[in-house]
Amino acid sequence: MIDVLFSSLGQLFTVPHMLYMVIGVLIGLIVGIIPGLGGIAGMSLLLPFLYGMEPSVALGMLMGLVAVIPTGDTFASVLLGIPGSSASQATVVDGFALAKKGQAARALSSAFLSSMIGGLIGALVLTAFILIARPVVLSFSSSELFMLTLLGLSMVAVLSGKDVFKGIAACGAGLLVGTIGMAPATGEFRLPFEIDYLYDGLPLVVVGLGIFALPEIIDLLVKRGAIAEQPCQLGKGWKEGVKDVAKRPGLVARCAGIGSLMGTIPGLAGSVVDWLTYGHAVQSAKDKSQFGKGDIRGVIAPESANNACACGAMVPTLLFGIPGSGTAAVFLGGLLLLGLQPGVSMLETNLDLTYTIIWSLALANILGAALCLGLARPVASLTRVPFVILAPLITILILFAAYQATRSLGDLFALGIIGAIGVLFKQANWSRPAFLIGFVLAPGAEAYFYQAAQFQGAEAFMRPGVLVIGALIAASLLLPPLRRSLRNHLQKRRQSEESAAHPLQEEVAPLSLGVIDVALLGSLLAGAAYMWWAFADLSMLGGIMPRLAIAIIVAACVLEIVRTVIKPMKWQTQTLSQQLPWVAGFFALIGGVMMLGFLFAAAIFCLGFLLVVARMKPVAAVGLAAGVTLFLMGMANLLTLTYPTGMLASL
Amino acid sequence: MATLKNTPLKTFKKALLVVACSTLGAISVNAQADDVNVPDTIRWTIPFGVGGGTDVWARFFTTWMSDHIQGNPTLVIDNVPGGGSINGSNLFAMRADSDGSQWIGTSASTQYPAMLQDRRVRYSYDDWTPILATPTGGVVYAQPGLGDSAEEVLNAVTNQRVKFAVQSHTGLELPVLIALDLLGADVQAVSGMRSRGEGRLAFERGEADIDFQTTSAYFSSVEPLVESGRAVPLFSLGVLNDSGEIVRDPAFPDLPTFNEVYETLHGEAPSGPAAEAYRKFFASGFTLQKLILLPNDAPQALIQEYREAAQRFLDTEAFKDAAMAQLGPYTPVVGEVVEQHLQEAMSLDDATRQWLVEWLLEQHGARI
Repeated sequence: MIDVLFSSLGQLFTVPHMLYMVIGVLIGLIVGIIPGLGGIAGMSLLLPFLYGMEPSVALGMLMGLVAVIPTGDTFASVLLGIPGSSASQATVVDGFALAKKGQAARALSSAFLSSMIGGLIGALVLTAFILIARPVVLSFSSSELFMLTLLGLSMVAVLSGKDVFKGIAACGAGLLVGTIGMAPATGEFRLPFEIDYLYDGLPLVVVGLGIFALPEIIDLLVKRGAIAEQPCQLGKGWKEGVKDVAKRPGLVARCAGIGSLMGTIPGLAGSVVDWLTYGHAVQSAKDKSQFGKGDIRGVIAPESANNACACGAMVPTLLFGIPGSGTAAVFLGGLLLLGLQPGVSMLETNLDLTYTIIWSLALANILGAALCLGLARPVASLTRVPFVILAPLITILILFAAYQATRSLGDLFALGIIGAIGVLFKQANWSRPAFLIGFVLAPGAEAYFYQAAQFQGAEAFMRPGVLVIGALIAASLLLPPLRRSLRNHLQKRRQSEESAAHPLQEEVAPLSLGVIDVALLGSLLAGAAYMWWAFADLSMLGGIMPRLAIAIIVAACVLEIVRTVIKPMKWQTQTLSQQLPWVAGFFALIGGVMMLGFLFAAAIFCLGFLLVVARMKPVAAVGLAAGVTLFLMGMANLLTLTYPTGMLASL
Repeated sequence: MATLKNTPLKTFKKALLVVACSTLGAISVNAQADDVNVPDTIRWTIPFGVGGGTDVWARFFTTWMSDHIQGNPTLVIDNVPGGGSINGSNLFAMRADSDGSQWIGTSASTQYPAMLQDRRVRYSYDDWTPILATPTGGVVYAQPGLGDSAEEVLNAVTNQRVKFAVQSHTGLELPVLIALDLLGADVQAVSGMRSRGEGRLAFERGEADIDFQTTSAYFSSVEPLVESGRAVPLFSLGVLNDSGEIVRDPAFPDLPTFNEVYETLHGEAPSGPAAEAYRKFFASGFTLQKLILLPNDAPQALIQEYREAAQRFLDTEAFKDAAMAQLGPYTPVVGEVVEQHLQEAMSLDDATRQWLVEWLLEQHGARI
């Protein structure tokens, strides 16, 4: 075994292997940096060349690509607040907040370093684990998978802090939106408004972009200025970021460990792992006050996990022929094209190739992170550019990214609608991650619950694995409040011993309520009522999940209302008047795309925005608009894309 | 390192080529055809995602087709996933040009909704004409806990409820569900698996009692289980021979077909609406599982040229070697033979459909 390990390592350092791997890494980085494109787009660029290639060389190229995508997409998450791919959604929360504080370089260098270390740990774990992984993977039955989705959902409580009911309501809304599409148990369709686009449910990319990116763009436009609100020191930040990681080896190692383990479990994909580790970082931190406002730990945790997760995802792919993630699914196709059948026999007949894959992963992680670290400083200076200039480019970029989801106009409308919800959430300070977590986990929670009940009946919930995860959930929900009340208790005693005269200070800030809160509570209740009516003729099995989500929304909203009625609260002014025109403008842009076609509308929009809103010099504006158009045309050629041509063209 | 045929310099050039091509997109080769006007580029819609079974199948065929069609057109694969292949097929039906420059590659999950008259389907196989079809086979197997031999297992499943993890009740597993029903098995189908592989995983975890895999997955993932005594093969679905009879699968010559098992148990061939439904869905989902089609108002000469191109490589040793790994020991079918079989397979009469709708609702609580 050891000799196979080293002969694969020797193979790795041959010229053809290195060369193709570098190609893979470069394509992976480019594809990773462009939002909306991910492993799937990268793979489809490489697949045409695969047939007939030497397997070990081809695998090096594919792994180069797979390994660096979770590295490259950090740029968009941190600098622009656009979740580059589903694996880096949690990075947005604190990464972008840091960029706004002028610490983009710090966030980026931390992220890349933790990506690199996470990836290496992942590869290391994989080396040993792949030989014994079979029984471990098989021990996760549908009931354990269901419990893991619950563990993911319990992070909502961790992330929403004192506004726990708003967090739960947001999560319930996410769950409800996540149930749109086909019911896994009965094959019935749950389509509000009978819209065909919703047959497959809303795509995760669109929801992620809508809930995070669009509100940030609008917010920055309202505020004017650059992304970095405070002066940024790129050089110093870069070194600081490296130090940040070096100071927290435990966090990096734990998150990488969680990442590689979650990756090995087929069906849970990378989309929960970033939230789980983010939640872990919050829970394990003493001072939680800066999370969401720019805590570097909120960047380190998900970034160490997502590269490790990409390594872990190779376990089910190679051992069972079942992809652990979307990218792994395409990688599986690549293996088949090379004439390799993944499965039980892969380890026996192709152990050398298996190790080539693992070592390529490790090496590509180092290469990718090193390249990104080098790029971090110059690219971070983007945050100093006045945002009005970036805004049209980013807007087109997220439209392009959303359109990649299903390549239909529906993607753009969904983006606009989710974006509008995101703007409301952001203005009223409702937890957007909670919404996203609910959305991501709804299908898994439903399908695994149904399967567990069908396969195992009541026994499903007595299994040891289920009990262990259940205990974990209970601990994560109950320990923090217990610890807090204990601390309060001790403090009170100490205070009463020291000076009985001091009145106890209320440490919790008074609750606040604003007009958007009221509007959100009202429309959530109304929406829930509509969905209840729209899903009325679903069968028991097909309708249980959406009804549960509706119940969660209603309960949380009612509790929030009760709380604001009985507890003292402060009326807070929340305004939307500045945001509304921009939201309307965004929908006007989508209308323009419908009328004129994507390319034409994009060109006119960029030019117009740069001239009128940003007041750029005509030459520069034309240059930028032409650049955007050329980029879109190049992408269309590369990815065999057909953009919407517009109604005017068909007349 | 001794195995590497390429010198570093050659490799470098090849690598550069990969980069060049992947940045410039497809480079079309222009060539003059003798008699038919072959387009430079053929856009091949695959209504499935990149890397899926049908995508890999199509990518395998692109090289062979491109090399053997006059003028060597470039084949560009356009993946349009969604709705389990319905979205992409709808779009193709709506948009495709009929100049022969657009193909579509479909699979069982495109055929089945059309046969079941799914309300989302806006395409019709009557509008399309096939160039080539590739068959596949499959095997049903069970947990050894149900019995040591196929007979014992088949006996056991009539007496106790067995669980079967399926993607959906109307997916590729539909004929298998009907077959098991015909054999008198009491099957509880647990749906919601995202792939056949996930179903196998549920079997390996011991959650499912009975499972089914197509030929290639069976060889790579189930045979090792059978060898180590963790699965018992029950029967294969068989293959259709030229005269339309179901015979033993060349991939599994020692395994009886479903029809054989049924005849041993009941002393006669299966009949009635269930048998009819089984036959149709078996034909459209397995005998003609994956199809290359184009709009049937494309120029006749061009359709002919494509079919002849396929004929030109099907019998070569090089293709047979390559196909063994990708398609299994099955020979693709070309041209008019496919057309006849396809029409026959896709036409489900109202009585059979009605039976199916009721059966799905009663047995499995699934609504179409």
